[in-house]
Amino acid sequence: MDKALLEIKELECVRGDKQLFSALSFSLEAGSLLHVHGPNGSGKTTLLRAIAGLVLPENGEICWNGESTEQQQDDFNRELLYLGHHYGLKFELTGYENLKVFANLSGSDISEQEVEAALTRFGLAHCVELSVKVLSQGQKRRVALARLLLQRAKLWILDEPFVALDTAAVALLLGVIKGHVAAGGMVILTTHQEVAMDAGQLQHLYLGETEPR
Amino acid sequence: MLSTLRCIVMRDLTLAMRHRSDVLTTVFFFIIVVSLFPLGVGPDAALLKEMAAGVVWVAALLASMLSLTRLFADDYNDGTLEQLMLVPQPLSLIVLGKVLAHWIISGLPLVLMSPLLGLQFGLEGDELIMLMVTLLIGTPVLSLLGAIGAALTLGLRGGGVLVSLLVLPLYIPVLIFGAGAVTASAAGMGADGHLSLMGAILLLALVLAPWASAAALRISVE
Repeated sequence: MDKALLEIKELECVRGDKQLFSALSFSLEAGSLLHVHGPNGSGKTTLLRAIAGLVLPENGEICWNGESTEQQQDDFNRELLYLGHHYGLKFELTGYENLKVFANLSGSDISEQEVEAALTRFGLAHCVELSVKVLSQGQKRRVALARLLLQRAKLWILDEPFVALDTAAVALLLGVIKGHVAAGGMVILTTHQEVAMDAGQLQHLYLGETEPR
Repeated sequence: MLSTLRCIVMRDLTLAMRHRSDVLTTVFFFIIVVSLFPLGVGPDAALLKEMAAGVVWVAALLASMLSLTRLFADDYNDGTLEQLMLVPQPLSLIVLGKVLAHWIISGLPLVLMSPLLGLQFGLEGDELIMLMVTLLIGTPVLSLLGAIGAALTLGLRGGGVLVSLLVLPLYIPVLIFGAGAVTASAAGMGADGHLSLMGAILLLALVLAPWASAAALRISVE
């Protein structure tokens, strides 16, 4: 497919009195990865949340397949997986229960084996029946990331996905991201960690005062 | 659509069962507030009977208020609320599921306890049934209207007090017709009119409240 799937047109976001960015335009095609750079407070999270539809932009438009995402919220959400700073997990539920709820709500009917396979792939085979609150930070992050394997979303928006992960998990997540991009998916992510990313069409976006290196 | 609703309700009920103390506080608050009145007013049977419906109803309003702030706040704090907003389902449906679970946890126990508490005030037979019926129709309205207030005050400092100030005035019609129905039936008049009006309020709230709460949540989460 040569048509741009995700288009950001003249986006402007304001937080409080501060204008974070304006007239921001770019597009993202299937099979590409966008790495958003910028110092703290430059609006990376806000940009990601605006694309996901959690923050209303001051100006501009976000189009998915040529149509504004606001007009087709449910269709867009079906294609979208957003993982933010919060784990988005209920600490009183087990990893399995947490994943099951979101899989059910996103309309994909997944079996117990699939959930266990996803958790096992992220090294949590023995934690399936434990409630999330007894897991460590890195393990909680892994449970949240296991959703990447379970939901068939096309666009992944990952805000600092590598935080709290050990080197093995970072390598694993990179592999998952590369696999997704190679299969024609799209990924938008931010990270302050030095990770070697060379998946598909790699694009860079610099927010704030950072100079492109 | 039903599977979405069931999924949310089951999730919230499971969470409530793992936090049983939260559920019990609401019920015990209700029982204690209602029981304080006979102790404070004194053993005047006629007076107690006259004020029974009002006391039980006011206590029910306060009890349902108590758990309201947590309706969305817990999900908001751990980020599950924003994830729920991003699933390909109407947000109002998800809100309706959460409200339904809230009613099962904090409204239904009040309905079931009310005949026992009514006995303390010397209510009998038909009056007890009427008290239960009005609470059965009325408490879902409390949860539905309360959800709007909870959504509007999400993430605000001192949201708990603010939500009472916002929502308690909205509860007035339910209080008037709910307590009125019991009083009317005790006086031997029919309570059909009161019950029909309460039913109408319930239907109206059922249609409008999830939609209004969803709109409020979108603003609050931003």
